[in-house]
Amino acid sequence: MNYWMILKISLKALRRNKIRSALTMLGIIIGVAAVIAMVSLGKGAQQQVQEELSAMGDNTVWVRAGSRRSWGIRSATGTRNTLKGSDFEAMLRECPAIKAVSPSAGSVAQVVFGNQNWNTRIEGYNEQYPQLRNWEMAQGQFYDVSHVKSASRVAVLGNTVWKELFSGSDPIGQTIRIKNLSFQVIGVFKAKGYNSWGRDQDDTILVPYTTVQKKFLGGVLSVQSGIVQAVSARATYAAEKQIRSLLRQRHRLGPFQDDDFSVRNLSEIAEAAEATSRIMSYLLAGIAAISLLVGGIGIMNIMLVAVSERTREIGIRMAIGARPNHVRIQFLAESIALCTMGGIIGLLIGLGTSYGIAQFLGWSTIVSLDSIILSIVFSAGIGIFFGYYPAHKAAGLDPIEALRYE
Amino acid sequence: MSTSKLASTMKNASLPSVEKDSVIALRDVWKIYDTGEIRVEAMKNVSLKIAQGEFVAIMGASGSGKSTMLNILGCLDHPTRGIYLLDDVDVSTFSASDRADIRNQKIGFIFQTFNLLSRTSVWENVEAPMLYSDIAKVERTERIQEALRIVGLSEKAKALPNQLSGGQQQRVAAARALVNRPAILLADEPTGNLDSSTSDEIMSFLQKLNHEKGITLIMVTHENDVAAYASRRIQMRDGKIINDEIITPNVVSN
Repeated sequence: MNYWMILKISLKALRRNKIRSALTMLGIIIGVAAVIAMVSLGKGAQQQVQEELSAMGDNTVWVRAGSRRSWGIRSATGTRNTLKGSDFEAMLRECPAIKAVSPSAGSVAQVVFGNQNWNTRIEGYNEQYPQLRNWEMAQGQFYDVSHVKSASRVAVLGNTVWKELFSGSDPIGQTIRIKNLSFQVIGVFKAKGYNSWGRDQDDTILVPYTTVQKKFLGGVLSVQSGIVQAVSARATYAAEKQIRSLLRQRHRLGPFQDDDFSVRNLSEIAEAAEATSRIMSYLLAGIAAISLLVGGIGIMNIMLVAVSERTREIGIRMAIGARPNHVRIQFLAESIALCTMGGIIGLLIGLGTSYGIAQFLGWSTIVSLDSIILSIVFSAGIGIFFGYYPAHKAAGLDPIEALRYE
Repeated sequence: MSTSKLASTMKNASLPSVEKDSVIALRDVWKIYDTGEIRVEAMKNVSLKIAQGEFVAIMGASGSGKSTMLNILGCLDHPTRGIYLLDDVDVSTFSASDRADIRNQKIGFIFQTFNLLSRTSVWENVEAPMLYSDIAKVERTERIQEALRIVGLSEKAKALPNQLSGGQQQRVAAARALVNRPAILLADEPTGNLDSSTSDEIMSFLQKLNHEKGITLIMVTHENDVAAYASRRIQMRDGKIINDEIITPNVVSN
């Protein structure tokens, strides 16, 4: 038996009904294209979130003043003056699971240099901030511990601020004015781009947090929040526990009193993001499965039509010596060819779509090899599954009746 | 069928029919269609021998069982009871798959309505039976050329069936029937859809095939002048053979 020839017969039959074949394939094409485009988009988004999280450091813990509940009254975290810079110094000193800390105090202000001005965030941190955020300098350097101790008026610019105020000229040693106070520019960060929430991370100015407290917040000693870095990702949980017990002790909280601070870590955020993308991918898989099911039913429908249309041909082939199995293979090959071609066309359209999205919308997309292989194998599988019944029906025809069929 | 057997078929073609082995033997064959409500005995205890190289016409009114007989002889169907020996092999209990192989190797069909594959070239129509047996492309090409030469349609190889006349289509069907070098050729009302002059042409061609190539030919017809080309006439009625006689073909092709 010449199986190659049977495949050729099948392909010829498909070519004869070009429009019908194309329409039949459409369900599979759309299904596979949607899967490929969606999966590549989803993976792109997932990777972007993960990259951002790891850029912040997956061993990062946030500590904020105030708790979700205090004395039965809910108040926004960060609104109570319960955290002090010295709390963070104590954490670094006493908690073995902690590598770096920085209190944080912020403000928004108008910044002026020469005849240029710009409105941006003024963020106050200590000298460990570049380490905490994995952020490198493009020019100059970050302020050191002595600047923090003396609440110096030094500033490190985000890339956007530097471009807006200095139009690309050398800013090091220049003086800018923030809320009418002069600050000396000592460094510029490398560009970091937008984060996944759409905020320009480079639109910022870093100054010592003590300077913010003293010059902008009227000399308060408290801070709203701070960043803590554990020695490793695995130590994050231990670090949280140590922070909690240290702060409770330092704030003299009794065993029945709520925390007057809150501790959160990135792995919680990462887990939430992961859960979201997992739900998304289940959803996509569901949509894909439904559209491929619909496509498969279309294939089965058309194959049943083809079998009854070509009953005479089947009878002739059986009379001249085609075994039932030869007929079965011929029709199965047709539906597999339909589905596989539909799968390949859908794959190309899906790849094109995700490339287009990446190109024109600037979203990151990742096309993985396994999604390509899976979609082709899956569509061939649909061809077998939905093609089997019509092919089986064709194979079961009685040659005498098939020959008599008008 | 083995090549040596085929060769001997060709070689023995000129011998008188009485000395040849029977290529077909039916012994007490019954064919009963039982749908539960209706029971039809289409063949009742039929026994028959056909020797190699014979040209047999099976005649009878509709419902006489001649079509059932042809279906059984052509291995399109199997007898309810009885034995069918084709080339000394009992094929009466063969599975659908084995019957397909037998049809492919030992039987060539010529139908009233030609039954060519539409929108498929003459060449591919003739090639079709060989796709269901293991024949290499070189040999396929040779056999197609030979078959088309025999039926006189070598120059129409690329044509489609609907571009040919009825007579030409029937000759393509004959080429297709011959290409696997079968033991018997079965023709079911081969001239039923042809006008009388084309009908004569096809019958002369079949007679010539029988005379010159020694091919065993079994034909079902209800027309006396078509049956007159045969050398043996079997008449059926109500599922039984009522008359079986050797006749002198009154039209002899030259």
